[in-house]
Formats: sequence, C-alpha cells, structure tokens
Amino acid sequence: MPDPVAYTLLGIPGWAWLWLATLTACGLFGRRVLGYVKILRGARPEKRWDHPGRRLGLVLAHVLGHRRLVEEPVIGAAHLLIFWAFVCYAAGFFWSLLRGLFPFLPIPYADEPRWMALLLAVFGLLGLAALAVAAARRYLFPPARLEKSVDAGVILALIAVVLVSCLAGMWFRARAPALARAMWWTHMITVLGFLAYLPYSKHLHLLASPFAVFFASLRPGAVTPSPAGAARREEFTWRQLLSGLACAECGRCDRACPAFQSGSALSPKMLMHHIKQLVRGPAAGNGAAFVGGTVKQEEIWACTTCLACMQRCPVMNEHVPVLVEMRRYLVGEGDMDKSLQEALTNLNRYGNSFGQPPRARAKWTEKLDFAVLDARKQPVRYLWFVGDYASYDPRVARSTCAAARIFHQAGAEFGILCEAEQNSGNDVRLAGEEGLFETLREKNLKAFGKAHFETIVTTDPHSYHVLKTEYPASNGGYAVLHHTQLINELIRTGKLEIRHKLRMTATYHDGCYLGRYNAIFEAPRRVLEAIGVKVVEMPESRTYSYCCGAGGGRIWMGDAPVFQQERPAERRVRQAARLKGVHTLVVSCPKDLVMFQDALKTTGLEEKLAVKEIAELVEQAMG
Amino acid sequence: MHILVILKMVPDVVEELEIAPDGKALNTDYLRMILSESDDHALEQALLLKERHGGNVTVVAFDAPEVDDTLFAALAKGASRAVKIVGAEPGMTTSGAGRLLARILVQEPALLPAGLVLAGVQAIDDLDALVAPLLAHQLAMPYLGIVTRVALDPSGETASVLKEYPGGVRGEFEVRLPAVLGIQGAEKPPRYVPVAKVRAAMKSQKIDTVQAPALTGGDLRLVEVLGMNKPQLTGHAEMLEGSPAEVSSRLCEILAGRGVF
Amino acid sequence: MTGEIWVLTEQWRGRVSEITYENLALGRELADALGTPLVAILLGSNAKDLAATLGKADRVLYVDHPLLEDAVPQVLAEVLAGLAKEQMPRAVLVPLTNVGLGVGSFTAARLQAPAVNFCKDVRVHEGRLEASCVMYGGKIESTVALLGSPAVLGMWPGARPAENGRAAASPAVEEIQVVPREAPPVRLKKYIEPETGDVDLTRQDVLVAVGRGIQARENIELAEELAQALGGAVCASRPVIDQGWLPLSRQVGKSGLTVKPKLYVALGISGAPEHVEGMKNSGLIVAVNTDPQAPIFNVAHYGIVGDALDWLPAFTAAIPRRKSQHA
Repeated sequence: MPDPVAYTLLGIPGWAWLWLATLTACGLFGRRVLGYVKILRGARPEKRWDHPGRRLGLVLAHVLGHRRLVEEPVIGAAHLLIFWAFVCYAAGFFWSLLRGLFPFLPIPYADEPRWMALLLAVFGLLGLAALAVAAARRYLFPPARLEKSVDAGVILALIAVVLVSCLAGMWFRARAPALARAMWWTHMITVLGFLAYLPYSKHLHLLASPFAVFFASLRPGAVTPSPAGAARREEFTWRQLLSGLACAECGRCDRACPAFQSGSALSPKMLMHHIKQLVRGPAAGNGAAFVGGTVKQEEIWACTTCLACMQRCPVMNEHVPVLVEMRRYLVGEGDMDKSLQEALTNLNRYGNSFGQPPRARAKWTEKLDFAVLDARKQPVRYLWFVGDYASYDPRVARSTCAAARIFHQAGAEFGILCEAEQNSGNDVRLAGEEGLFETLREKNLKAFGKAHFETIVTTDPHSYHVLKTEYPASNGGYAVLHHTQLINELIRTGKLEIRHKLRMTATYHDGCYLGRYNAIFEAPRRVLEAIGVKVVEMPESRTYSYCCGAGGGRIWMGDAPVFQQERPAERRVRQAARLKGVHTLVVSCPKDLVMFQDALKTTGLEEKLAVKEIAELVEQAMG
Repeated sequence: MHILVILKMVPDVVEELEIAPDGKALNTDYLRMILSESDDHALEQALLLKERHGGNVTVVAFDAPEVDDTLFAALAKGASRAVKIVGAEPGMTTSGAGRLLARILVQEPALLPAGLVLAGVQAIDDLDALVAPLLAHQLAMPYLGIVTRVALDPSGETASVLKEYPGGVRGEFEVRLPAVLGIQGAEKPPRYVPVAKVRAAMKSQKIDTVQAPALTGGDLRLVEVLGMNKPQLTGHAEMLEGSPAEVSSRLCEILAGRGVF
Repeated sequence: MTGEIWVLTEQWRGRVSEITYENLALGRELADALGTPLVAILLGSNAKDLAATLGKADRVLYVDHPLLEDAVPQVLAEVLAGLAKEQMPRAVLVPLTNVGLGVGSFTAARLQAPAVNFCKDVRVHEGRLEASCVMYGGKIESTVALLGSPAVLGMWPGARPAENGRAAASPAVEEIQVVPREAPPVRLKKYIEPETGDVDLTRQDVLVAVGRGIQARENIELAEELAQALGGAVCASRPVIDQGWLPLSRQVGKSGLTVKPKLYVALGISGAPEHVEGMKNSGLIVAVNTDPQAPIFNVAHYGIVGDALDWLPAFTAAIPRRKSQHA
C-alpha cells in the first residue's frame, strides 16, 4: 500500500489533513473532558487515594477482568471480547496515528508487522462476532431495563466500522491498494470521530469507568459524615458525580433493586442518569429543582438501602450514598413522610421509634424466669445490644426471650443497658438525619463507657453493622458479634448442648445487613446444621439475597402508595413457599421477622409457611 | 410584623405519671417535660405567618426542665429571638404565670409591641386559668380561642381567623390587631427540625434570660390543691383475651346477645 | 352579696346546649346544699324563649343585646363579670366547650376571683366548694378547694346526666339592661358548615371509629369493611381528621359531633376526654388499643388489648358467618 498520508487532496498532503483532524478531535475531546474535570474539582471533596495497591487490584479485576460483567455470562463474554478488541485496536490506532502524523518516523504502520496484523485480525473477527451477539441481545432479546438509546446503536455501528475498515484495509492491501488506502482513512477518521464523540455520549463510561473503579469506596454502603445533604451539583462529592459519568446504563442495578421490582418510582439506573444530567447540564440552579423536581421525592424515599444495586454495578457506582445525600437535603427542609417524621421525633425524644418510654425498654425481661443483669451495675462478658424492635415490638419478644434463654443456658454471662440503650442509629442515618444519628451514637457510647464488658453481641443486624463500622472502639477496643456468630461459637465449643436435633427442612433468608453488608453467611448456616435443620437455599441467597423491604427507614414509612406491585417481602415469602418440602423460613433479623410475618398474612400463605427467628429454633433444640 | 409566641413545658404523659408522696403534686423523679402540643402549633402558625408576610417571631417561656432544647429548636425553626424567664416562684399556677408574663411583656424592652400574641389554646395542666384570655385581659387586647387558621388582611390592621365550633362548624372572624389568639391547630402540622440545625443554633445563637419581677400580692393562689389521684374508675371494660379469631367469635356472640345483629 | 349559685347558659345555633342542663343539675345540688338559690344566666339577642327550658333554676337572669348574638367570649365575659361584681354569687358554672372557651378565664380575671378548669364534679365540703378536675389528658384527677368568691368553675361535659337538669315548669325571668362597651374588636363574619358528607354520623346505629392507632390512611379501608359488615359508618377522632385521612364531617368529639349509636367500635383511640365527650353515651362501646392503660378502657364496655390492624380482619370475617348463623 502506498503511504496513505502521502496522498494529496485539494492540494493539501494527507498528513496535514490528519493533523487537522487529530487536533480537532483532540480539541473537542479535551475541552469536554477538561470541563468535566473542572466540575468534579468544584464538587465536595472525598478521600479516595488511600490503599492504592488495593485499588489497582480492583481495576485489574473489574476493568481488565470484567468480574461483575461476567455475572451475566453471555453479554459478559461478549463485552469482554469487545473490550480487549478495543484495547488492541486502540494500541494499533495510536501506533498508526503516530506514524501518520510524523511520516519521517522509521516505523511501520500498525497493521504491517505480521504479529500485529494477526492480533488485529483475530480480535477484529472476535470483536465483530461479539458485536453481533450484543446487537442481537439489544434488538432481538433485550433484557428488562436496558436503555434502548440511539446513542447505543450509534456506538455499535461506529465500532463495527472501525473493525471492518481495519480488517478490510488489511485484506485489500495487496489486492486493491487504492481501496486499502480508503479503508485506512475511513478507519482513522472514524476513530478520531469516535474520540471526539465519546465525551458527549454514554460511552464516556469508557473513559470514566476505570477511574470510577480505582476510586471506588472500599467500604461499600458507607456514607459521608456530614449532615448538610446535597441538592446542587457542587454539594455532591466528586465521586458521586463521577458515578453519573461512569454509568453505561446497563440496567443491572434496576434488575437487582427490590424497590424498582415492586413498582415504586425509584430506578437506580435513572438516578445515575439524573446525576449525569446534573453534571452535563448548565450550572445548577435552585437545588429544589433537582431534588424534589427532576428527582421526585417518591424515588428518593423508596430505597431500602439493601445495596443490591451497588453490588452488581460493574463500575462501582454509588447509588445509595447519592440517595442519602438527597434525603439529608429533604430532611433539612423538613420535607418528609409524616410517619417518618413521627419516628424521628420519637427517636430523638425517647431513643426508640415506637414512642415508648425508655423505662419500658427492658420490660421484655419480665417474661423470663431468671434475672437479666444490668451491664451498668455489674461487669459482664457480653454486652447485649438488644435493639428497638427486639425490645419493644411484641411480635419479636418471643425470639428475644429465646436468645436470652440460650445465652443463659450456655453460661454466656451477659447484661443489657436497659433504659440507657438508644436506637443504634443505622437507619436514622440512612434516612438522612445525620445529626440525630450522631446524638444517638453519642448517648450509646456514653452508656458503653459506664458499663463493663468485653464483647458486644447484638440480635439486630442493622445495629451490628453500624456498631461495627461507625462506632469507634474505645478503651482498647471491643469486638462486635451477631448472635448467630456467638451461638455458633457456643455450640462449637460445647458450651451450648443440643439435646435433640430438630430434623426439619427449612430455608434461610440472608438479611441485607448481615449478608451483603458484612459477609456473615456461614455462621447462621452452621448453627442450623448443628441443630438438625437441613437448609434448602432460596434462588436468591447470600450476596444475591432479596431484601425484605424494611431498611433505610422504610419500616417507618407507609407502604401502599410506594409499592404498586408485589412488595419485596411478599415476593420473598412466595419464593420460600415454592421450595419443595420447606415449611419454615428462618431469619436472623427482627425486621425480617416482622416483615415476613405480615407478608404471610397479605399473601395468604400462613398455612403453608411459618417464619421463625433462628434463636427460636435453637431454643427448641436446646431442650 | 412582630409575633410573640408563648411556650409552656408540660409533663410528658408518655411516661407513667406518679403522684408525689404528699399526694398533692406529681412525682418528679421520672417526670419529663415536653412542649405543650397546642403551643407547638402556635409556634408553627407564627412561623408560617412570618414566611408569608415577613417580620419576626419571638418565643417566650418560663424556665423549666428541658426548656432550653425547646427554645433552641424554635430558633432553629426560624424564630429570631428566644426569651427565658428565670427566678419565678416554683410551682406557679397558670393564673400567676399569666399575670407575671403580662408584666414582663410590658416591662421588657422589645417584646412589645407585637401584632399578634399566639399561645396554645390550653395545656394539659392549666388548672386555674387559660393563659391566652388572661394575657388578653392584662394587655387589653382582643382574644379569640380554638383558632385553626390565621390570615392577615391586606390592610395589616385586622386578621381573618377561623375558630372551631361543635359539629365541625367553623366561624370566620375578623379580629383587630394587635390581638391574642389561642391556637388549636396550625394550618400545617408542626415542621420537623433536624438535630444538626438545633445543635447549630445552640452554638451560634443564645437564649435571652429575663429575671422575673416579684408580683404584688404574689401568686394569688386562690385555688388550693387538696390532693391528686389516678381517676377512680366508675367502670372498666370487660377485657376479652385470646387470638383474634377467638376474640372475634366471642364478640359476635356478645353483639348478637345485645341485639346489634 | 347574694351567695347564689349561677349557671351560665350556653346556647348554640338557637338551642340550649346539653351541657347547660348538666350544669343545672349539678348547680341544683350545690344550691340545695348551701341553701341558696340557683340562677341561670342567659345572655343573648332575642333569646328570651330559651329561658322556658331552664326551670331547674329558681330564676333566670336575662340580658338582651345584639352584641350578644354571636358568642364572642370577651363580650359574654364582660357582661357576666359585670353582673357578678354587682351581685356577688358564690359560684358561677361556666361550660368549657368550643362555644364558650375563654369566658371563664376572662370573668375570673376581671373579678380577680378563683377559677378552675376541667371540672367534672363539684361538692360542698365543710362549707367550702371543692372541685374534682381531670388533668393531663385524663390521667390524673385533682381535688381542689376554691378560696374566694365568686368561684368560676369551668365545667367539662358529663358532670351530671342532662335529664336531671331539665324541669317541666318555666322559671321566673328577670331581664336586666346591660350595655356592653363599643363594638368588640372581634367580629363574626360568617359560619362555615362542614361539607355535608354522604353520611350523617348522628343517625347511624353502628359506628366504627379510627384513631391514631390505625397508623396509615390505607388502613382505614379495613375499618370501612368492618363498618359495612356491621351496617354502619366510619368516623374518627381528631388526629385522623387533622391528617386529612377523613373529612371533617366524620369527626367525633369536642370539635366534631356527639353521637349515640347502638354500637361504637373504637380502634386505636386512646380515649382522651375531648373524644370521649362525643361518644360516651353510646349503647355499647368496644375498644381496641395496644396500651392496656388507655383511658378508653374506662369508658368502654368491652376491651381488647392489641393492634387493631391485626384484629380487624378476623372480626370482619367473623360477622357474615355469625349473621347467617343467627338468621
């Protein structure tokens, strides 16, 4: 092939045209990207440079390895191929561009050396095959919630042109040099055009996602510690804004979201889209036009903070923190569901959401035939942080008492804080009342300071999470255990004797705060195994567990207008009821217990399925 | 316009109320105080008026346990000034407090003049007077109670006020300003103020304290509490126990027996 | 100084309110105990005919003036206080209702006389007037002595049965000329009637009442189902109306309607005096509340401690079965 850049058009040599095209494309690209960078720098700061080694590992696994993408195998494999084809072709492009811009360089074009031509050919063909699969999926068998934008179609077409032009160029080189040259120019101009178009399309994610992954949160689900909240662009953190730019609108978050699946107004994907619009739009005006306007209040309050969206997102976007910032803004305006307002008012005044006097917190202990120690008055080994629902809700009392009897029988010396215990604040924080969370935490820490204990154990996973991650350990530190972990240990070390095994089949629901947030899957299963329960797994279990719908303060808000279709808890109990031979659904969280009990009533499955807290079963087996 | 809101802390009845050993007052051991519910509405109504028409809101309260939290919350919600009256005789009756309050409103600079003085229609412990009519009498202002809506007329000299009557009937009154109104309910439920804002108010704002002058003749105490007790029950319901199904079936029998169906 | 017992007549929309008769009954007892006359005070405009029903009193003092047509508390109090100052009765019983709230306080302030609110009973003890007052939302009763004269007693509805305050004979009426000061700075422009609901609560045989314990607007449907099964209607206490979950026409209580159905089912209602006053004379009262100490159980005939939301569906389901059995 004669040198394509030597070709003259309109009296101007090809390499000059190439310079013109390159500078234009780079100019357009650069201007747009620098604009984004400026916006991100003007947003709230967030420290994401720590643990660079770990972060690099994330990029290797998730960007180069497509770890989350391959969870949907067909498109995962196709995307992986397209990605590597892209990498290969990008390398080839820059090589050829260099040679084209500086024709005096003594290097060949990228497709000239045989090894490179082979690579380009192989990846080109594989890439085209993968594109075909992707196109078929998008246009013939689209999964739910895939955004069918023109943009996506344009991109698929452009990539195809890039691959085909290069392959065709190689094919025609010996056979039709003029055609080969035309293909070369087609290829280069298309890629340059792609470069210029990139920051204006959803394929900005190509550029943004490696950074999004590198700067991912190493504590997923953690939120910033500031009460102010966000409504204007510059009030979100730069990583939250980056989420909008990195989003490829794949819809995995929507497919996983219980609020979305139940017909609420919330779509995590649309949320990311709104953030993208916020970044791309004119300088943000009145914050209320965004929070409450573009993003409707129903969307913001529907989230149960189950983290399924963030767990599936291939670019590690931060849907939940974004929602929490918006909730903080709404709370600051006093704009919220009246039941939530009542719950928050009660929490502030009485330390529990029920509006019950603090003195009644330990009333459940009256049902026991032994005295429960007050950890403030005498030293104990385990401080049992009971939690609101386990203390005050009569439906949960039975399992709370069961846990008490288990600890007592096993000689696990425990005590409670009685009226000094306040709600741990986890859901208060995620409902957007950061100041109240800080107050509750302060009061709890003060109570801990007055008590003498070694380890905290709690029957409430929401409390477990926040005690473990957001309460500083003081006085040399203390550990936090969930009661399934403690019971597991007590059984393992023989302190708790299982007198008669239950001989039953049941299924187990992994609560979000125990499972997805804290990876505690084995302890409850070991306990069930030890007491003779055969566990049949639900279709969505462990990290894929489907939320009961109570988290994020939703248990304090009204249900019906929010969820138009089957509620999360109803779907879950139906899943459980469909399992063969299973008549018991085991849970290890008091909110799961309450939500599923209600769901059994509303779905009419009370005869078919019973919900039991794991402590109740252990108590039975204890004899 | 300047709006004054009178706030009062009352015993929180969520906790069980106990009677003191002398039988004449409440046991204060576990007693907590909370802002009187209709006073909360009075504050909300004042803030709504301020947002609509401009001006400022001053809240006034006697010293009592937990009153500081309430006053800072009022400031965080948008009141411009909070005044706490200290040094009053302990255990004052409402009539004594009302007379003292009127005296202070007149004596202290910048509390009056006010276009409106709002107070809750009544508190759960107003044994011997209602503070709103009492203030109206002392300050020689017009009064209307059981108010659920206040709208300032364009002239600024009168207000249109809705008062509740029995049977869901309401009366629309024209009240000449300045006036004292006893608020039953604000147009909207009292707003939520986030804890962070209250804490910010505690740091950046302060509560003015005013020393209570002695009342000539003291608190008249024309009413003497002889004793307090939990109400004697003239009757009590027969309690039905059991599962919902059992109770329902028993209840149906009872109703059938009584000829309801 | 007459030392009489006075009862302020409350008239609303051209009729004498029930509470007037309740107070006349009580006043009669006090007057007899003290050996002094019982006088009914009637303040109004062209209202002399109303005096005919006040026969329980020994005589009626009537003041007629156009300014007294609309019950503006300050005007009423000015006239009442003026009369009381002149004649120095022993006690004045003033109704504590939406109509006359404030009259008692004003009157006492003008006379520098003792006043008490929330009275549900008054008696003479060792020559002294002692009142039982219901405070703290009905949770505590205070017994107080009135030191001074006249004593202004703010009466809660229900102190005595209204029948005991009626009498066949018409009393003597003494008309007094009193001219209140210039037009008060409080002027009634108009009455606003509640939107006529489809339902007249006062005509229902069965009422299913919902209170705060119903928790959410959508749960009212459960109450509707029960009401339908029983052949009645749904009504509510104040908190539910304030939330806007039901219209004003469905409110029972102090600012709402007074009802006397055969069956009143109170769901999640605590039993605060303001509500109880509107339904206490119902034939049969069944209450459901999560709090075993709720005051509603003191006025109900049958009580269930529990969550209305749990219990409702079971009861609704039980009725048609029962009805068909019975039929």
